[in-house]
Parts: sequence; structure tokens; C-alpha cells
Amino acid sequence: DYRLPPLLKRPLPHAPPPSPPAAVSQVTVRDALNQALDEELERDERVFLLGEEVAQYDGAYKISRGLWKKYGDKRVIDTPISEMGFAGIAVGAAMAGLRPVCEFMTFNFSMQAIDQVINSAAKTCYMSAGSIAVPIVFRGPNGASAGVAAQHSQCFAAWYGHCPGLKVVSPWSSEDAKGLLKAAIRDDNPVVMLESELLYGVPFEMSEQAQSKEFVIPIGKAKIERQGTHVTLVAHSRPVGHCVEAAAVLSKEGVECEVINLRTIRPMDIETVEASVVKTNHLVTVEGGWPQFGVGAEICARIMEGPAFNYLDAPAVRVTGADVPMPYAKILEDNSIPQVKDIVFAVKKALNM
Amino acid sequence: MPAGKQDLLSRCFFFGEEQGRSAQPIGCICSVPTRRAVRVSAQRGGAEGSSGGASTAARVPHTGGALHRTGARPRNGLEPAAGERQGGWRDQQASRVMVASRNYGDFASEATFEIKKCDLHRLEEGPGTTAVMTREEGLQYYKTMQTIRRMELKSDQLYKQKIIRGFCHLYDGQEACCVGIEAAIKPTDHVITAYRAHGFTYTRGVPVREILAELTGRKGGCAKGKGGSMHMYTKNFYGGNGIVGAQVPLGAGIALACKYFGKNEIALALYGDGAANQGQIFETYNMAALWKLPCIFICENNRYGMGTSVERAAASTDYYKRGYFIPGLRVDGMDVLCVREAMKFAAEYCRSGKGPLVMELQTYRYHGHSMSDPGISYRTREEIQEVRSKSDPITLLKDRMVNNNLASVEELKEIDVAVRKEIEEAAQFATTDPEPPLEELGYHIYFNEPPFEVRGPNQWIKYKSVS
Repeated sequence: DYRLPPLLKRPLPHAPPPSPPAAVSQVTVRDALNQALDEELERDERVFLLGEEVAQYDGAYKISRGLWKKYGDKRVIDTPISEMGFAGIAVGAAMAGLRPVCEFMTFNFSMQAIDQVINSAAKTCYMSAGSIAVPIVFRGPNGASAGVAAQHSQCFAAWYGHCPGLKVVSPWSSEDAKGLLKAAIRDDNPVVMLESELLYGVPFEMSEQAQSKEFVIPIGKAKIERQGTHVTLVAHSRPVGHCVEAAAVLSKEGVECEVINLRTIRPMDIETVEASVVKTNHLVTVEGGWPQFGVGAEICARIMEGPAFNYLDAPAVRVTGADVPMPYAKILEDNSIPQVKDIVFAVKKALNM
Repeated sequence: MPAGKQDLLSRCFFFGEEQGRSAQPIGCICSVPTRRAVRVSAQRGGAEGSSGGASTAARVPHTGGALHRTGARPRNGLEPAAGERQGGWRDQQASRVMVASRNYGDFASEATFEIKKCDLHRLEEGPGTTAVMTREEGLQYYKTMQTIRRMELKSDQLYKQKIIRGFCHLYDGQEACCVGIEAAIKPTDHVITAYRAHGFTYTRGVPVREILAELTGRKGGCAKGKGGSMHMYTKNFYGGNGIVGAQVPLGAGIALACKYFGKNEIALALYGDGAANQGQIFETYNMAALWKLPCIFICENNRYGMGTSVERAAASTDYYKRGYFIPGLRVDGMDVLCVREAMKFAAEYCRSGKGPLVMELQTYRYHGHSMSDPGISYRTREEIQEVRSKSDPITLLKDRMVNNNLASVEELKEIDVAVRKEIEEAAQFATTDPEPPLEELGYHIYFNEPPFEVRGPNQWIKYKSVS
């Protein structure tokens, strides 16, 4: 159960490496990310990883397990606790021709370095009229975890999604994680990859194709996880899983939900959402972040501006995190993030059931 | 005898048909302006001495020019009569003739100068106290500094005419820093600086017209009008950065790439005395020292961070010591040779793999922080005047060159005229080049990306974005 506190799920240091890929196998998000990093480090010598505890500790969340042992000090670099400094160093290295993957232990700490992400990384290509590229990836866990309280639980999808010049991706499944990370590393632009700590230990099915070294998911394309006819559920990251569960619950009551996994926040694939709304006539957005100026707000605004508005039979509904800094007590925390029951309720409201 | 000299000698009406003789003009009217130049610069030399500026004691290799100093008499009746004041009509006549008749064999090919000793931090030895400068180098430094000076003054003018908008941070007074630095590094080395960047943009290779056109926001600007004053870039020059201090970690990152690629290149990360108190700089010092990055941190201390003097901003104004565990040196930033020698020393130190260095250049800006700051509310006009008269980098260089027979006053004046002309032409271009086309508003958001649509101020206005 992925709601258990991460400490209990952390593998032992001497745990065996993940088994080699079979035709279809269950691969955790953690292992998928590890595979992606390993493959990209091998493929391009300019790629390197830096961040706190990424090397000798094998990664605070074990995402980079084994990589330092394999690639050494030059390619996997432990940094001191200096987010603004090492994010700036990573951006400078990217400007000079390397392809850094800069890990923030969580995106909450990226706030200390956000000037480097936005002003140095995102805007430079534009300000230099295309003469300086910044092929960097900023990655790390984003949003709610379990019991880590307000300063460690913020979702930054809306913050980074706001800025032109950045690409922002938010994977849900292992396929998403691997394909998007590989695409992000191969992209010549600054990409912010918002992972979810609670998903790291969750196994997903990965096809043989998804396990290949050339498996890349295009940035800017959403995926329809489940076909449906009555209502469109749009989500990103962990809430996609809640939507899939909610769809199963609603299916028993005869409501067929179409679940769209956004995969990319910026540039957002609104066309897929529009096409779906045209089909189902109802829209519910689901996200972990706060409601004001959030991803759902953007989706609703864009739907209103586009052709799909005329096909809406009811106002769009947003399901979001509660508009509070994340509390600690379990009952409070559980009710501060969107749960399956909240999504089911929202769908029934949208359908006037 | 080389043809050029032949022409000059034959044109000089003092020599006529003297081709068979030695090429050295033994005595001619040349001696008159030389004496005047020597006397005038001797006056300046006295003033310099009192301000503690660099001395210009020189050992001059002898060429024809030396003969003038030995008091050789002119051969003709145009020698000024005893007691006649210099600067009179005869001198004027002479100087008019001078331009035609003076040949460049008259000059010394190089000279050695004494430069200020650098203050050292955690270094056993530093740059030397003498510098050799060749005539060519001197002329090049002079021309470059003069170009930057005039370019900045032209920018001032254009800003007051509202042809340049927004921010404009001028570099006049600090020319010796960028010119001295560039003289000591290679084009394959990397430089990043803050927003007072026009000087470095020029020394790193962007032509004046592209700089001015960027300031005026035209499509011929080096960033096609997209960046403006603070965002100019070229090969191995990463701007031009608007956020105070953010460029320092970027510079260390560039140094990391230099070390990674192993091509023996170094990175210079420049910042000001105001930025020196930024936390991210100390984070960067730590990582640069830890990983022995080939990065030189250069603090251009012009005594004021916007309107705050260094005493009011920093608990320790020894910016070269602020790297603590990183060795540092403090350099006279108004003397181009001092900067050059210090930079050579630092570059060699860094390239040898010893890790980073901090360099503090003590310099001064004549303008305010930016064009919206008159620059006199936090400092006196007298102070600015004093620096201008005693420590101006261009004047210092000019005096050195003239006093040591590396160039004549006239020759340098010719350079001034040529520079002014170049700046005028560049300004002409910058004011007449068209603005970037509106269609390009969305261009270059991403790099190497297929074209996509960008939203304008409302949902119906769409721009195309091309990489």
C-alpha cells in the first residue's frame, strides 16, 4: 500500500538490484527512474547527475541507487546543502555544453533556488534570441507526502507551469516516469520533472517496449488512461491513480469516466482534453495542489476559451488540495488532499446525480 | 630602406633628397612637439606621483626617437627662438607637418613599467611589480578603452534622448578592468558578468554597432532586440545577467564544464562590491574550492553598490579575503597593466589545477549606478573629479605611452578621431535599424523545437514560436 510512510518502504542497502526486464513486468516508479538515469548516463557522456545525497547515499529516495558506483565521481556528484548555489552551477554547466540532471531532494527546497530555475534557466534562450541553450533537467519529488507537514508538502506544478521557457512534466506510472525522464534529458530545454514520493515504491506494468533503451514519451502529449463516455476526469501525478480508482467505483453505478493523464503541465495538451469534453460533455479536474491559480483553474479557463465550451452540459468542477498549509495529524492530512470519495462526489455533482 | 619610410622622408620637406643617408632623422622639427609632449606629461607625472599612481619610470630601447631627447638641434631655421613660448604658431605649424613627417620607426617597440604590488591573501607570492608593454599592445589597449569610453558616453546621450529605454548601467571609468582581463586570457576561456556588461560584451567580440543596436532595441542588436542592456551574449560570454549575484554560481558551473571537458579552459565570474554580500556567492566559493573548479571570482569593487558605499554594506570591505579558504589578490583596477598582470597570474594559477581564486579589482564608475541615478547623492562631485584627474585609466595609459615614446600625442589623437567616427557610425546604425518584426515576439522560447503557437494578450492573438 503506497500510503505507508516512506521509511517503512525504503529498501535495505544490500537489497538486490531490480530483476532484468521480462516481456511485461511489474516495475516500481523508483526502478523506472533508475533505469532512465542509467540509460541516459550511458548514452551521452555530457549527462551527469548532481544533488544532495545522490552519489554515495544512493539517493535520498534511492532513485540513483548504484549509479555512483557505476559511473563515478565525475558523472554523479554529491553537493553540499546549497540549493541556490548548486542549481546555479548546474545551469551554468548546461550553458557551457553539459546536460545536467539537477535533483532537488524535494521541490520545496527548490524555492530557495527558484531564481536560478526561472531567471537563469527558463528565460535565457529567449533573452539571447536563441544563442544560448540550457539543456537541464530539474527533478525531484513534488507535492504531498505522508506526515511531513506544511513545509515539505507543497505542490509546485502551478508555480513552474506558469513560466514560459520551461517545460514541466508530471509522471504518474512507471512508463510515464521512465519515458518522460528520458525525454527530458534529451530535450535541449530546461525541464522541471515533478515526481511523487508516494509513487516511488508503487509497481506498475511496463511493456517490453517501455523497458527498451529507446523508450521516450513525447513531452506535451497527454494519455487517455481509461476510455469513458459520461465525464472527463483530468489529472496529473498521483491523483491519476485516484481517478482510476474513482472510475472503477463509479462504473459500478453505471457512470463511465474517461481518465486523462496530463503527463505534461507545460506545454499542456489541451486538445486531448477538449476532444474528450466534446465527447462526454462534463469535466472534472483533479490535482493535489491548492485551488487558487492551479492546474485545474488553467484547464477550466482554456476549455472556456475553446470549442469545447459549447459542449459542456454543466460547469467544470475542480477537485484540489484543501486551501490550507498541509497539517500533520493523519485525519487532517488525509482530508487536505483529494481522495477517491471526493472525486466520486465531484463527478456526481457534475452529472447532477 | 622600406618604401613607406622613403615616402615619408621625401614628403618631409626637411630631408628632401636624403635617401642615401641613414633613415634616422637626426634633427628636425619633430623635436619641438616631442619636447612639449615630454613637458606636459612630466607635469602629469608629477600629479600622478602625488596621488600614489603608478610610476612611469622606463627603460627605453633606443631608436631614432631617443635622439630627440639628447638635445640634437634642428638643422634648419624653424627652431623656435630662445625664450619663445611653446604652443605658439610654430608649434602648430610643426604639428601639422608632424603628422605627415613622423614615421613610426621613431618609437620604442616596448617599454617596462612599474605597477602597484597586489595585496595577497593566502598566497605566498603574487603578480610581479613590473610589466612589459609593447607599442602594439599599448595602442590596442588604448583604442579598446577609448572605444568603450566613447560607446558608454554615446549610450548616455542616446538614453537622455529616450532612444534607449529601461536599464542602462554604464562602464566608463572601469575600462581598464575588461581590457586588462581580456589581454590576459584566451578567446577560448569563458566570461560571465553582471548587468554592467557593455565593456565585456565589446572585449569578448561583439561589434559596437550590435551593442548599440541592442540597447536601442533593434533587430540588428546582438540579441535581436530581445535582451536589451543586461542580456547581451556571444561565444564564450554568458552575459549580461540581471539578478544580482546569480551569475556567480553560473560561472562556477561553466568552470565545472571546463573541468569536465578537460580542454584547459577557465571561467571568470565577475560581480560587484554590492553583489559580494550575496549568500549564493558563498555557497559557490564553497563548492568551487571543494571541487577545485577552474573558476576565478573577480569582484569589480567600484566602491558603491547602487547608492550604498562599501563601508555601509560590508562588515569587511576586504573583498579579496571574503573567499576565506580561497586565495585572493587585490588589484589596482584603474591600471590596465596591473589588471593584466594579475589576470595572467590568476589564469596560470587556475589552469594549473590549484582551484579557484578571488580577485578584487579596485575601480571606479564615473556615472551613477544606472542612467536613472545621477550619482551625486551618495558621493561628491569632487570625489568623481579627483578620480577622473588622477586615476583615469585611459589617461594613465596615454601618459605612459607618450612619456616612454611608445606613441605620440598626435597618433593617439588620430585614434581618438577614428574611434569617435566608429561610434558615430554605430550610433547611426543603432538609431536607423528597424525594430524586430512583431511576428518574432514568440520566437526563441525554446531551443531546437518544432514551431508552436504562443498566446498573446488575449486568446485570439496568437504568435508563432520558432526556434
